[in-house]
Amino acid sequence: MAYTERLDGRKANGLREMSGKVGVIPNADGSAEFRTGKTWAIAAVYGPREVLPRFMANPKKGFIRCQYTMMPFSGTGERIRPGRSRRAQEIAMVMDKALEPVVDLTAFPNSVVDIFVELPQTDAGTRCAAITAAAMALADAGIPMRDMVCSVSVGTVDGTVVADLTYNEEAFDGHVSDIPVAMTARNKEITLLQMDGHVKKEELKIALEMARDVMSKIFDVQKKALVAKFAEVPQ
Amino acid sequence: MSNIVVENRDIVIPGDLLAEGMDYIPGDFTFREDEKIFSKVLGMVSVSGRVLKVTALSGPYLPKIGDKIIAKVTDVLMSGWRVDTNTAYTAVLNVRDATTRFVRKGEDLTGILDIGDFLVCKISNVTSQNLIDVTMKEPGLKKVEGGRIMRINCNKVPRVIGKKASMIQLIKDATGVEITVGQNGLVWLRGSAEGELKAQEVVRMIEQRAHESGLTDKLSKFLGVPKREIAPDTVPEPVVEGGEQ
Repeated sequence: MAYTERLDGRKANGLREMSGKVGVIPNADGSAEFRTGKTWAIAAVYGPREVLPRFMANPKKGFIRCQYTMMPFSGTGERIRPGRSRRAQEIAMVMDKALEPVVDLTAFPNSVVDIFVELPQTDAGTRCAAITAAAMALADAGIPMRDMVCSVSVGTVDGTVVADLTYNEEAFDGHVSDIPVAMTARNKEITLLQMDGHVKKEELKIALEMARDVMSKIFDVQKKALVAKFAEVPQ
Repeated sequence: MSNIVVENRDIVIPGDLLAEGMDYIPGDFTFREDEKIFSKVLGMVSVSGRVLKVTALSGPYLPKIGDKIIAKVTDVLMSGWRVDTNTAYTAVLNVRDATTRFVRKGEDLTGILDIGDFLVCKISNVTSQNLIDVTMKEPGLKKVEGGRIMRINCNKVPRVIGKKASMIQLIKDATGVEITVGQNGLVWLRGSAEGELKAQEVVRMIEQRAHESGLTDKLSKFLGVPKREIAPDTVPEPVVEGGEQ
């Protein structure tokens, strides 16, 4: 039996209900929150600041350094051990690489911008939510960027191409693939592409096309949240 | 054929299209890509003639030559001090730029400025690697003595100073507190204890409501002190570019 109707009744290219907010951590230089369904990411940006340890400093330009953390209670009930796991380190690394092409820190050599992402609640698609929130937080911190970065996961569940998979879909009994994608908002250039599971060449093509189409919906949430912070500006 | 797609004072986010065609020139926080001009930061558009510029609403302080800043001494060097500028970069203050008196070789410099002291200084040089030199050899530049230091968003500094320092003058009239604002976002308040608290509260308020127009008038009403017109030739603070809009 093919997967014709999604578990939560969404359309194949339907995203979960999303919301974004900027400036949620007043102590940070920039911060943002992004929610999609039950997945909830909070990002805080500090910097540009002095690089520690010193040897990591790049005298040609500043760089960004992400940290990804799932909160201990964020899963389905089993406590998630705090601290850096292999998985968290890998996600932090791919986040760096997903955001690095758009940030322009040439004016800040020998400095670093630290991005901390915490997830209070998770239901699949956490790295995508983390990247989306981090891009908003960077913009809120006033870091020069050539573009925004939006991210969503696509994939196949039992031969059907769908967008923004939930945990239940990822755990579906059958062939499942999960493909997190991040793209720049304007040129739709891919900055993150990972894959987990089995997928056919044709399905992958359709999935990427779908990611391209739905990306603008995520960008709209980002833009709305960023502009809302200054909405009361009189004309 | 060139056309502009934004209006003055529009809020834009990074990557937003500002104008198409080669007739417009990209200014601060904008860049050109394939004959199109885009914004580089979250900010407010300002169009002046053919130049498109974005005024950042947040963001780090970029050290500039001639800026008056408030810095903190963090280390004593062979012939000077290392000072924290509230940026990713520290600055060096040479003995020659700190005092006019003769300093013997090997003299203990902590007698002049000690670690932890704050000072009002001016940026005399910045290199491409953002190495900063500061000086205190100008009238009005001195060690911070008494009062309190507060930190504000450096993008709101022009607003706290106000047009021709009108805002500072207003707070001074209302609370009797002497205020020195550093371009790096550090503010030095000195006066009576109650006055300092009041002034701190007012500065916080300005910071939070910086994007409202006619703020000086609103505050003058709030504080119950008339706004004072300052003649241009008796301006106590330098007129800051991009001040009250």
